[in-house]
Amino acid sequence: MKPAPFEYIRAFTIDEAVAALAASDGEAKVLAGGQSLVPMLNFRVVDAPIFVDINGIQGLDRIEETTDGGLRIGALTRHFALETSELVKDRFPVLHEAMKHVAHLAIRNRGTIGGSLSHADPAAELPTMAVLLNAKIVTAGAAGGREIAAADFFIAPLTTTLEPDEIVVAVELPGLSSGTGWGFEEFAQRRGDFAVAGVAAIVSIDGQSIDGQSMDGQSMDGQSVTEARIALMGLHDTPVRARAAEAALLDDGIDAAAAAARQDAEPMNDLHGSADYRRHLAEVLTRRALTAAMERAAR
Amino acid sequence: MTAKISITVSVNGENHTAEVEPRLLLADFLRENLDLTGTHVGCEHGICGACTVLMNGDSVRSCLTFAVQADGAKIETVESLGDIDALGPLQEAFRENHALQCGFCTPGMLMTATDMLRKYKLETDDDIRDGLSGNICRCTGYQNIVAAVRSAADKRDAK
Repeated sequence: MKPAPFEYIRAFTIDEAVAALAASDGEAKVLAGGQSLVPMLNFRVVDAPIFVDINGIQGLDRIEETTDGGLRIGALTRHFALETSELVKDRFPVLHEAMKHVAHLAIRNRGTIGGSLSHADPAAELPTMAVLLNAKIVTAGAAGGREIAAADFFIAPLTTTLEPDEIVVAVELPGLSSGTGWGFEEFAQRRGDFAVAGVAAIVSIDGQSIDGQSMDGQSMDGQSVTEARIALMGLHDTPVRARAAEAALLDDGIDAAAAAARQDAEPMNDLHGSADYRRHLAEVLTRRALTAAMERAAR
Repeated sequence: MTAKISITVSVNGENHTAEVEPRLLLADFLRENLDLTGTHVGCEHGICGACTVLMNGDSVRSCLTFAVQADGAKIETVESLGDIDALGPLQEAFRENHALQCGFCTPGMLMTATDMLRKYKLETDDDIRDGLSGNICRCTGYQNIVAAVRSAADKRDAK
């Protein structure tokens, strides 16, 4: 229950961090908040000869407004800062809501958005939010920086497209149109636990698109849904969009979308719940998330 | 064997300098190097909350933090809250409400509650339960711990 010995390097700039990673020939790992990494080190599930601590890099914890109504969130932004950010609450209420489900205060004080995305737990809130909100993940690396769409970033459980000498420096969330409705539903066995399953949804109605462009609407229950994004958490080996459910919502409404989400889910059996139970949750939580999102949506 | 690193950490207002291995957990540094055994080590992987301390004012798991990461930081442990002859207000609230039985989880409960009382309004008992959800107690059923934090929150708000 103690980590194996390792060499510890403090990086004070992004360049120093990337240089240390590159110099290690793929052996070094990044230490950010450490809230997922250190338990794995204590158990010796993960082992590396070198850790590069990026907590000393100044200016990497800012939440900044972007001109399209979105936000650029520095990789070292702690969960507690996201949870209590007025900018997040104002521009991305669905993210504000999701943060209420993230772990416990002592974990939120240390855990970072860059760390959560890099760790890529398919049942974690922030990777799901990145997929839902079409986040761009901005990186720095020995071969230069990249901007990676969240949809391309997560490739398997705990696996991303990050190179060994590449780190996340920021997450950019494009702005939502003002009438975008949202819903976030998660089932966990105890508060703050990883989700057994979760569903997040955003919808726009009456000819507005989610990013504010004008689109043709379709009728449903007196309101016409023009665009919907539904993201599934803990229901696949990565966070994913429920594409069939999104299409079903536009064509046939909430119940059809919920039924389609059950089909979109490809969950695992584990000690927290069977795959069948998780499919059931996919349907129930999608119905709840979409109902809330439709109620909140406005012109 | 990896090289030891020199660190200086302020613990409960006193500076300590030591040469430590990078892999030394802050919890073990406090207990083994500084003899501050009030910080308890339970699960050693961030679940139980017994090892919670304050780092620069924020509650953290000392089993998920390396001592080298506390270099230059201000650490507060349960020993900072009061002593047997002069309990702090939160400790007094725990005593009055019989909020402990075996006491193993209590240091973590106290440090978590200290941070919660600073950061959150705690308007409802549900808010308190939510705040304490990262600290596991296997004796009390939590009810008296919630009552103790409620009493401390009410006293805080009466000021």
